Amino acid sequence: MINFPDLVTIPLAAWIDAAMSWLLRNMDGFFEVIGFIILQVVLGFEGLFLFVPWFIWIPLIGLAGWKLVGRWRTGLMFMIMLFLIGAFGYWEMAMLTLSLVIASVFFSLLIGIPFGILMARNDRAESILKPILDGMQTMPSFVYLIPALMFFGMGKVPAMFATIIYAVPPVIRLTNVGIRTVDVEAVEASKAFGATSRQVLFDVQLPLAKPSIMVGINQTTMMALAMVVIGSMIGARGLGMEVLLAINRIEVGRGFEAGMTIVFLAIIIDRITYSFSERNKKDLR
Amino acid sequence: MTEVMEKDGLETARPDTEAVSQIVIENVWKVFGRDPKRVLGKNYRNLSKDEVQEKTGCIIGMRNINLEIKKGEFYILMGLSGSGKSTLIRNLIRLVNPTSGTIKVNGKNLTTMSHEQLLDFRRNNFGMVFQHYGLLPHLTVLDNAAYGLKVKGIPKGERYAKAMTTLETVGLKGWEDYYPGSLSGGMQQRVGLARALANDPEILLMDEPFSGLDPLIRRQMQDELVELQDKLQKTIVFVTHDLHEALKLGDRIAILRNGEVVQIGTPEEIVTQPADDYVQEFVRDASPAKVLTAGSIMEPAKELLYAWEGPKTALTLLNSKKRRAAFVVNKAHELLGVTGIKDLEKLLASEVKHRTIPASAIRKVTSVLPDTILEDLFPIVSQNQYPIPVVDEKNRLQGVVTTDQIFESISPPEEDEAAAEAETETETKAKAKAKSDEGGLV
Ligand SMILES: Nc1ncnc2c1ncn2[C@@H]1O[C@H](COP(=O)(O)OP(=O)(O)OP(=O)(O)O)[C@@H](O)[C@H]1O
Ligand SMILES: [Mg+2]
Repeated sequence: MINFPDLVTIPLAAWIDAAMSWLLRNMDGFFEVIGFIILQVVLGFEGLFLFVPWFIWIPLIGLAGWKLVGRWRTGLMFMIMLFLIGAFGYWEMAMLTLSLVIASVFFSLLIGIPFGILMARNDRAESILKPILDGMQTMPSFVYLIPALMFFGMGKVPAMFATIIYAVPPVIRLTNVGIRTVDVEAVEASKAFGATSRQVLFDVQLPLAKPSIMVGINQTTMMALAMVVIGSMIGARGLGMEVLLAINRIEVGRGFEAGMTIVFLAIIIDRITYSFSERNKKDLR
Repeated sequence: MTEVMEKDGLETARPDTEAVSQIVIENVWKVFGRDPKRVLGKNYRNLSKDEVQEKTGCIIGMRNINLEIKKGEFYILMGLSGSGKSTLIRNLIRLVNPTSGTIKVNGKNLTTMSHEQLLDFRRNNFGMVFQHYGLLPHLTVLDNAAYGLKVKGIPKGERYAKAMTTLETVGLKGWEDYYPGSLSGGMQQRVGLARALANDPEILLMDEPFSGLDPLIRRQMQDELVELQDKLQKTIVFVTHDLHEALKLGDRIAILRNGEVVQIGTPEEIVTQPADDYVQEFVRDASPAKVLTAGSIMEPAKELLYAWEGPKTALTLLNSKKRRAAFVVNKAHELLGVTGIKDLEKLLASEVKHRTIPASAIRKVTSVLPDTILEDLFPIVSQNQYPIPVVDEKNRLQGVVTTDQIFESISPPEEDEAAAEAETETETKAKAKAKSDEGGLV
């Protein structure tokens, strides 16, 4: 075996650390403001989810399953799942996790859709963003926890920050693809009638790209759920933390219950957001 | 007169004589690719499209195009796939920007306009119809038809009212609340047409609007478009690669190849005098019967009888020329009909003396206007033993068309010249014989 020469080293880690500490020193106020906004939004959602009692949530979600997904059996299945979550004793935890997910998705869309639009309308932006998005999607999710921790310390906000960054690529990507694959003639028609670029966007490109954007939202939501669970490692209270504790204490049963709760949430969220994208496709046909 | 004549009365209303030019395109080039201007430099300028693509990677979409489209004209752009038709028509509203050259519409130079001015210009002067309709599937038929007006910022009530009228014009009344997806192709294209007309633009741009439709619907749409155009008198720029469509609809046709204009002319000129092999290939299966007119092939009537000269003179004339019959005109050169030796002899045998040839001795004949296409002459020829007299709107005799002339002019141009010559020789002999059998009328 020949070792790699010790003389050749690139101190990338040191550079990044330096950059981070520079950011921390100089951009402190900035991160504080961002953290504050994120926190307010998630607290708002938490308030809502915990305020509405379980006996309203369960039929409501059942109804959504029936009406949106299209079969009453789906609605019934949703209700049973939610009931089981309550029976496991994880209702509150589930609601906390859910608010984290929804708040993160909210921010991801707020960032992702404009970036997707930019990427679709500007070839240069696409060529710059594409490799970045590729990189982001291949990066292991834990990695996002590190800068989040450094900027925001422990707790909900860093978990959400990491989640937002982790979950944003699909919605950017699919907004871009959606807009780029809109019928060329429809766009041309709009332009031919003298539409401004704003009118083209809102009259044609976004409505026709909606099914694709909805698929992006669905994927972003699922990724957010996965990341929120991991985010528990840095102190966001919720189902992930339960799993983590169960692992540490080797309590298989508890871990299983928490795990099942996450799966149930995932199924419900997935089906409901997926139904939105299908519905839009049908309308456009 | 016959039905044929009435129909032609309408067609003469087409304003091919109006000379105001609406769209003028001068020296327009379009090169797609990186740094397109360099292709216009003298190193590449004269190379062929393929050579340019090989050497620079750039694609020539249009090469030095010069066109002038008149107000009210139905102008056809024709050519094979990739010849630059779509590029050219999109240039007219700068959906594609020319690399060099100028485009003037109503005297205004589009190429130097600011973006704002351009948008305004598109809103007020143009309507466009697309091959795959280009409708907005999430909007109703009514909203689609009203889209151009919406872009213009016209309030809802007014724009729906206007859109309703245009939907009615294109025969879609009652479909306002449907979505385009639930309509057939033909109907979707009607929506496209209604949308383009709703603005009441001066100029209609149509890029292969009927290519996606099946033949029957297609023909129907063409007929309706002709009818509409008779009423509306728009300037229409129409792209097609279907020759029959071009001949049927166009006042003038420009033929493109590899981004260049190879020939501009009326349907008749294109079919009868193709500029080169490419055009020849295009028009090979064109039926001249659809483009040639009675006026273009008629000959002066050889023998004419003048009513005021009296029956005796007429009879002498016919006998001396060995003809059995001839057309009769009055002093105003108006066609009265046809009379023959037998009619005249019968007339002279009777007691009554006539100073002029009386109406009783003149048989009515079917006549046609000069711009009747040959195809419409067939039914007349088949039930008529005389040549067909061609008259102007005031019934003045212009000339005659014989069956021979019709068939001669619609027989396809021969592939092999020598063979053709040999053939025509025997043909003319046969024809001469047929003619004498016919009795040498006129
Ligand atoms: N955006 C583009 N980028 C590069 N090349 C293009 C572009 N648009 C058109 N071209 C090229 O320009 C040439 C003319 O194309 P155009 O679409 O005008 O042809 P067309 O006559 O409309 O053909 P078709 O009958 O297939 O519609 C073709 O060689 C085409 O490949
Ligand atoms: Mg085309």
